[in-house]
Amino acid sequence: MTQMIRLHDIHGGIHPAENKRQSTQTAIQVAPIPNELILPLHQHIGAAAIPCVNVGERVLKGQCIAHADGFVSVPLHAPTSGTIVDIEARPVPHASGLSETCMVLQCDGQDEWQAHPSLLEQKNVSLVEQLKPADILTFLAQSGIAGLGGAGFPTAIKLHTGNYPIDTLILNGAECEPYITADDMLMRERADEVVAGGEILLHVLQCARALIGVEDNKPEAIAALEQAVIDAHLSHKIQVVSIPTKYPSGGEKQLIQILTGKEVPSGGIPAHIGIVCQNVATASAIYRAVVHGEPLIHRITTLTGDACQQPSNWQVLLGTPIDYLLTLAGYQAQQPERVIMGGPMMGFALPHLQLPVIKTSNCILAPKAKELPLNEYATACIRCGQCTQVCPAELLPQQLYWFSKTQELDKVEQHNVFDCIECGACSYVCPSHIPLVQYYRFAKGAIREERAAQEKALRAKERFEQRLARQEQELAEKEAKRKARAEAAATAQKAKQADLAEPASAPASSVDDTLEKLNKQLAASQAAVQKTKEKLAAAQADPEQADKIPALEAALEKVTSKLKSIAMELAAAKKAAAASTTTTGDSDKGDPNSPERLRKKWETAQLRLQTAEQRLAEAMEQQLDTVSALQTGVEKQRERVNDALAAYQASQTETQSDVANSPDNHELEKKILAQQDRVAKAEERLTMARESGLDTVDALAMGLQKQRDKLAQLEQQRVASSTPEGV
Amino acid sequence: MSTTLLAIVMAISIVALLALIFGGILGFAAVRFKVEGNPIVDQINQLLPQTQCGQCSYPGCKPYAEAIANGEKINKCPPGGESTIQALADLLGVEPEPLDAEHGAEKAVPTVAFIREDECIGCTKCIQACPVDAILGAAKQMHTVIADECTGCDLCVEPCPVDCIDMIPVSTNISNWYWQAPTLGVELIASDRRARRAEAN
Ligand code: SF4
Ligand code: SF4
Ligand code: SF4
Ligand code: SF4
Repeated sequence: MTQMIRLHDIHGGIHPAENKRQSTQTAIQVAPIPNELILPLHQHIGAAAIPCVNVGERVLKGQCIAHADGFVSVPLHAPTSGTIVDIEARPVPHASGLSETCMVLQCDGQDEWQAHPSLLEQKNVSLVEQLKPADILTFLAQSGIAGLGGAGFPTAIKLHTGNYPIDTLILNGAECEPYITADDMLMRERADEVVAGGEILLHVLQCARALIGVEDNKPEAIAALEQAVIDAHLSHKIQVVSIPTKYPSGGEKQLIQILTGKEVPSGGIPAHIGIVCQNVATASAIYRAVVHGEPLIHRITTLTGDACQQPSNWQVLLGTPIDYLLTLAGYQAQQPERVIMGGPMMGFALPHLQLPVIKTSNCILAPKAKELPLNEYATACIRCGQCTQVCPAELLPQQLYWFSKTQELDKVEQHNVFDCIECGACSYVCPSHIPLVQYYRFAKGAIREERAAQEKALRAKERFEQRLARQEQELAEKEAKRKARAEAAATAQKAKQADLAEPASAPASSVDDTLEKLNKQLAASQAAVQKTKEKLAAAQADPEQADKIPALEAALEKVTSKLKSIAMELAAAKKAAAASTTTTGDSDKGDPNSPERLRKKWETAQLRLQTAEQRLAEAMEQQLDTVSALQTGVEKQRERVNDALAAYQASQTETQSDVANSPDNHELEKKILAQQDRVAKAEERLTMARESGLDTVDALAMGLQKQRDKLAQLEQQRVASSTPEGV
Repeated sequence: MSTTLLAIVMAISIVALLALIFGGILGFAAVRFKVEGNPIVDQINQLLPQTQCGQCSYPGCKPYAEAIANGEKINKCPPGGESTIQALADLLGVEPEPLDAEHGAEKAVPTVAFIREDECIGCTKCIQACPVDAILGAAKQMHTVIADECTGCDLCVEPCPVDCIDMIPVSTNISNWYWQAPTLGVELIASDRRARRAEAN
């Protein structure tokens, strides 16, 4: 088919030596099954898959051994039958050389398939057109298909174009990077699969036209594809386009621009301009999944470079160790050893060869030292501008380089470093041999890290503020509860007072007022009791008034109970008054180092020690594992007791020396203490008397008053004696 | 005479009128575009690392930001380190100073807390200490740290009575690894290259 569309050019680009001829001399060979396959759970962009079989379990070829973790993730299938012998961290083929969790499959060599009905069989239809696009997407996601071109983006997600209508599907067969011929060989030998995959994709996307873009250095592939399109009667839909050879025309954005003239906006995806782009190998995998029910378990990988005696393409099972593969291609170890995964432009050197092939491994390049010399030592940038001329993304590589080098990350970002496709064209032409792309990779990583840190800081700030707010709220709630309780108590008190007091009397303003009032009430109440008693006695004496007795008795009871309650209140009020006078009068209270306090501290510390020891004993009995913690606790407590005792004793000697200076004072102090005791006892007796009998109350109240007076006198004496000394 | 007077009166009244109009506009703008909160405190707070560790002797980053706005030194935040001091100096237009060693040193690698769960006695002390609520647990139950939310402030380590909390360096994995900037042999002039090569051989 002749070309009917107008091609567009991209900015820049380079023409490095192709080196593709070496590996296209033989047909694709199927690599034998190795003893062991290493299957990383993270072979794609997105979250790592989650193992769903256990160590020791036998699995069949095509069985799902790890399922997708969320939407942006793909599952993993066993490439052959065998036993899962390990799920552990192993080094993975990644520029970082780090280890990631891998499933290790011990192959049994029987290559026994599990039942794998195709989607057509599952839905009981004969044509792809009869399938629902949504069903196909789900099936592709379940089949573990990720982009085979290099990035490994989950295919089902890329095909989820949401609300964007797609008018063009592009199948990327450009394969512009030197040395790599995996797609070339696939298109030559399995063009029908590619075309059939394209047909399925057209159906999924509900799109009318597909373009297969192939660089014109692959005439055999173009011819095969054209034949396949004609054979499949799809000429009206699918068109094979030969594009001029130029690196990096195979970049997704570049190929779109070449074929359609449209540019993908910065930070956007092709779907935004109505285009979806898929690699030809992915199209073939889609066909194998939908029509043959085969999940993604193998891929075609180019083994090439002068260190391989038979450079060739192999269909390899995922997880096949690279050293095993290289022996198939007649690899001769080099000194120093240098094997690259990917091509010479965008690939990375592998730290060693005990690494597996993964879904994105399109090429393993084992060059000789002369063939692909290591980077020369870089010299200073001479501002020649060659990098700018070749950059396909139309960036300013030398500016990016300066800013990356000085770590001015905001400026790197302003210069659109994220539009750099890391093609390496700039490094390739740089006469100063500056490893430019490495600088950009570093800058991108640093910017991403900074963004993540900022996001985390923002979250931390929020969480901190939320915590503060919560603590404040808790405090406020406690305070409100306390207030509510106090208020409730106050209103209850008031109601009681209002019950008792004359309606005219103003609320008591001070303790003394209350006392006085209560005393009066007590007197009145006592009088009432007396009167009622008299009346009762009279009634009992007088038989005429006998019918009044029950009423009087009831009245007596009433007044007595009233008297009692008043008496109790009075006692309480007096206690409160006494407490308030002692708090104001006792100067020791404010001093945390007074012997009184220190003694109390010592005593409480002792108490605590006792409980701690008890708990420890219990824990030991029950053999709890908290014993050691409790033991340290007990020891600490013991220390505290000792400290408290020492402090108390120290203060004691101090007081004694004080006392020696003023024996009178000491005497007085003693007297006051004794007097306080007496007052307290008298108070107790009084309340008891009021509660039980009534007759002794007056006498006791008198006694109490006297004791109080004495106490007051003593206290005055003390104040008088201490003042002149203090001055 | 009267015309001069008239001119003077006119001029005065026009100027007065203008003053009134502009005053009105300014007053309106002041109300309409009022900035909530204290913007400089927020800006400073934005630059602080939000570790909330209290090493600056303030109970969190926001209080320190407020203190800085009131004239406190900018070199008291060890988690932020030199880069934060530089950013603060740029923002406030003052000279950057080296980190005040009295408040601690900058950590070489970021860390997160990790509770050895079988040793935890469930005393909840660490929960009370964590400024960002990154610890989960309940009384007498095993506790654990939400590593993603932990700021690495160290505040939970001290209160633990059984010493079962470790601060471990944040691990590098494939997701957060990135290329380091090239360091080898850059910036040589061309004639040095031969010498280098000879040295290498
Ligand atoms: S690596 Fe980036 S900056 Fe360099 S030429 Fe390619 S796209 Fe441009
Ligand atoms: S090609 Fe190299 S030397 Fe020339 S401007 Fe770009 S970075 Fe500088
Ligand atoms: S020292 Fe800690 S609390 Fe203070 S500003 Fe720095 S991170 Fe925030
Ligand atoms: S402070 Fe230590 S023992 Fe207590 S809950 Fe936290 S980790 Fe567990």
